[in-house]
Amino acid sequence: MSDLNKLTIAEARDALAAGKTTAVELTEACLGAIEASSALNAFVHGTADKARDMAKAADARIKAGEATAMTGIPVGIKDVFCVKGVPSQAASKILDGFVPEYESTVTQNLWNAGAVMLGKLNQDEFAMGSTNEASCYGPAVNPWQGADGQKLTPGGSSGGSAAAVAADLCLGATGTDTGGSIRQPAAFTGTVGLRPTYGRVSRWGVIAYASSLDQAGPMTKTVRDAAIMLGAMASVDPQDSTSADLPVPDYESLLTGDIRGKKIGIPREYRIDGMPDDIAALWDKGADMLRDAGAEIVDISLPHTKYALPAYYVIAPAEASSNLARYDGVRYGRRAKLGQGDGIVEMYEKTRAEGFGPEVQRRIMIGTYVLSAGFYDAYYNRARKVRALIKRDFDNAYADGIDAVLAPTTPSAAFPLGAMDQTDPVQMYLQDVFTVTLNLAGLPGVSVPVGQDKQGLPLGLQLIGRPFEEGELLNQAMVLEQAAGFVAKPDRWW
Amino acid sequence: MSITEDEARKVAHLARIAVKDEALPALARELSGILNFMEQLNEVDVEGVEPMTGVTPMRLKRREDVVTSGGFADKIMSNAPDAREGFFAVPKVVE
Repeated sequence: MSDLNKLTIAEARDALAAGKTTAVELTEACLGAIEASSALNAFVHGTADKARDMAKAADARIKAGEATAMTGIPVGIKDVFCVKGVPSQAASKILDGFVPEYESTVTQNLWNAGAVMLGKLNQDEFAMGSTNEASCYGPAVNPWQGADGQKLTPGGSSGGSAAAVAADLCLGATGTDTGGSIRQPAAFTGTVGLRPTYGRVSRWGVIAYASSLDQAGPMTKTVRDAAIMLGAMASVDPQDSTSADLPVPDYESLLTGDIRGKKIGIPREYRIDGMPDDIAALWDKGADMLRDAGAEIVDISLPHTKYALPAYYVIAPAEASSNLARYDGVRYGRRAKLGQGDGIVEMYEKTRAEGFGPEVQRRIMIGTYVLSAGFYDAYYNRARKVRALIKRDFDNAYADGIDAVLAPTTPSAAFPLGAMDQTDPVQMYLQDVFTVTLNLAGLPGVSVPVGQDKQGLPLGLQLIGRPFEEGELLNQAMVLEQAAGFVAKPDRWW
Repeated sequence: MSITEDEARKVAHLARIAVKDEALPALARELSGILNFMEQLNEVDVEGVEPMTGVTPMRLKRREDVVTSGGFADKIMSNAPDAREGFFAVPKVVE
């Protein structure tokens, strides 16, 4: 078989089961593709030796008839996941040299299922960003190019994961989504990104950004692959006190392709001023596709949508300022060079000033401010109340019989690297306008590539589902995927 | 809401991040911009709404109050920038 790295997870699984290829061959194909991909800057720590060992073990397991759907499937892991013995630093200088002595639950679940680890993937520092430019490794680059070969962002924060999947460097990748960091990069690269319900996937061993919003999920080439990979990543985990005590279903078996009678809500508040024609047309087209498949399209209202972004940019930085207090130059990572007579406070302040990038520093300081005496009620508590109202909007819609909500994933297609004005952080925050609502409400969401803009760049739509009903959500997403028939791939330039 | 340079210095110190004096005006401007963006939240009527603490309506899990892990100090120390004789080493704390 040729171009094994271009297979989907489902195709590779079937080929492995039929003896048409081996995990070793699949892995070598991916390692070769990774080697030739340095211009994308997607993989930042290679683990080729580990991959070859794991592939051999997977082949033995397949031979013994003990394979799962993920056995022998080569995957990439976002840098934010702790992997034992492999540098894991969430793209931050402050974790230079950190090599975990333990394994995150998600990656352990994947290895238990027989998946093969190819390496660590680029991201925005501590998963804070929408362009993957805030990384100690430098930006990841989108395999899709702009006009005249302009280099584009793959989105963020899971930009390396999205670029790697779109460029066929791996069959699937892990991402994390705190405000849109799985879905926005998926939309920018023509791939599928699923953010599960809060509590479906363990956060243990995932370097924390905002603990009440963080959730890991799969980034894949197809919806079916997302179903397969989520099944391997999800678990009930005593190590994560917010892990839900619900059995993990066989998500793939729930992909029936039948969505007749399902009610899909179109939230009018998402039709924001200045929405590009391409995006508005895509949204209408997506609704038509679901209607043609037998779903009922219903106009709905989620009245507090407008306030999701400001609420998010209070709550997430507040939690980040607390979570990132642990990086103090004492227990792990780097410590700044100290001057004569510097005490412990100077050590903290210098270490954090040189270890954290500008966006991380900004969010820590905003978080510190909104949690400080005198402002706690005015900002933090008010934002948490608004968060309750945003969740109530969704609860009401679902109580009215809505099965899922359809909306654009992003307000634009991928844009050039360097296009965001670094001195106006709010401009970048607006990237998250359609994605943060469901993080605040803890709901699952999936971005599916549905079309291309005038330049030929991929555009995505997202479906937002009911809590813990990822199977039904993925089924709807598969119907959308099949109706859209998005098969475009980026021309190889790297 | 606008943040002064003094307030910016104070918040940087609370966050334990060294900021040079010449960087304070830009920092104050950025923080003010973000806080202005958050002012929109004042438009929302939140009367009688409880602040949300968690998204899933479940009771926090409990377990037996017993030791479940430990006994690997060497592993914990292995990533420390400066560790000696089983301790994390830091600059002088008390004058």
